[in-house]
Amino acid sequence: MSDAWSFFLFAAFVDNMPLTLFLGLCTFLALSRRTESAIGLGIAMIGVLGVTVPLNYLIYQGLLAPGAWVWAGQPDLDLSYLALIAFIGVIAATVQLLEMLLDRYFPAIHAAFGVFLPLLTVQCAILAGSLFMVERQYTLTESAIFGVGSGVGFAVAVIMLSAIRARLSYADLPAGLRGLGIAFILTGLLSLGFASFAQMAASP
Amino acid sequence: MTSRTSFWTTLTDPLIRQNPVTLQILGICSALAVTTTLATAVTMSVSLTIVLTLAAGIISVIRMHIPDTIRLIVQIVIVASLVIVIDQILQAYFADISRALSVYVGLITTNCLVLGRTEAYARYHAPWPSMIDAFGNGLGYSFVLIVIGTIRELFGQGQLFGVQVLPLADEGGWFTPLGLMLLAPSAFFLLGGLVWVVRSVWSEQAEPPEHSPPLRPEPIE
Repeated sequence: MSDAWSFFLFAAFVDNMPLTLFLGLCTFLALSRRTESAIGLGIAMIGVLGVTVPLNYLIYQGLLAPGAWVWAGQPDLDLSYLALIAFIGVIAATVQLLEMLLDRYFPAIHAAFGVFLPLLTVQCAILAGSLFMVERQYTLTESAIFGVGSGVGFAVAVIMLSAIRARLSYADLPAGLRGLGIAFILTGLLSLGFASFAQMAASP
Repeated sequence: MTSRTSFWTTLTDPLIRQNPVTLQILGICSALAVTTTLATAVTMSVSLTIVLTLAAGIISVIRMHIPDTIRLIVQIVIVASLVIVIDQILQAYFADISRALSVYVGLITTNCLVLGRTEAYARYHAPWPSMIDAFGNGLGYSFVLIVIGTIRELFGQGQLFGVQVLPLADEGGWFTPLGLMLLAPSAFFLLGGLVWVVRSVWSEQAEPPEHSPPLRPEPIE
């Protein structure tokens, strides 16, 4: 149990998607202007990452990994180079399905953050979650924890950044630094803070 | 406007004036991760430019035949196929760099820059201008990557392309490497600084303030 918990913390804070691995920065910066949109994006990220990483694990192990077709008499078949297309397909389908389900059963939630869902199809962090799962050879449980954990890490980071940016929008910044420039510098400072989590994980 | 000037503006506008990274906030994800050394930055720039140009060309050729409802999927599949080809080539001929780039080559698929350009430009224009536009945007992206990659490798390790440029203090020289340059935060600071410089020089790019400070009330006599 404690293993799972520490792995969750690792995925959420040490390997934080936007701040340590630079993943999903486009949406991270574009949607952190206001806290409401940041919360919506965070929730959508947790949902989509939590679903797609384990799902892609099943597809990779069942269809694409070297030796997955032994039962069909094809022990040498290695389809792992198709992983990219398969993952993108799964992610696009999941996002579409999620959007349709939300629209049908929870129209209020859909109205609140449904607009962010289509964006997530082309979100680097989501695809990266699945690619890391393959590269680091996680098991099914690990990949589920990793998916949810990195979603939570993303949500925490984007909500923090949006809170700071909301305050800073009243500040009198130099013209060239307004908007994107200061957002990068803030992200750098947040990233310094999150770097200390890496120390924390290494110490026990 | 003659066709020659429009060719040049399409090609050179994205370099600085319409730079995809500093102005349009596209493709930042990979721009920072691969810039710890110049070699990875250049490899990434070249790969992205090739994928972007070819994808824009292909999508523009079949733009009349793509149904609007599934266009995103079609575009992603085309881009993903190109990325797989690039990835396999890198793995075959540049194994070291390919290992250093890890998952980031695969992530060209979801690079917002690629889909942003195909979605915004290639879908409405003939193949030739789309490819020029894509190539120009690839160059703009490469420009940012190479600037940041140079600074990070030079000050982080005293090297350029793995060649020792500044003599290290450990080996009798004078330069002490800045370890921070190799870590994540420095990439953010550098890109923030670069945005600041670009937007100060080309001041029309600066964003309008979200809130103007309240006017000071006139002192009552």
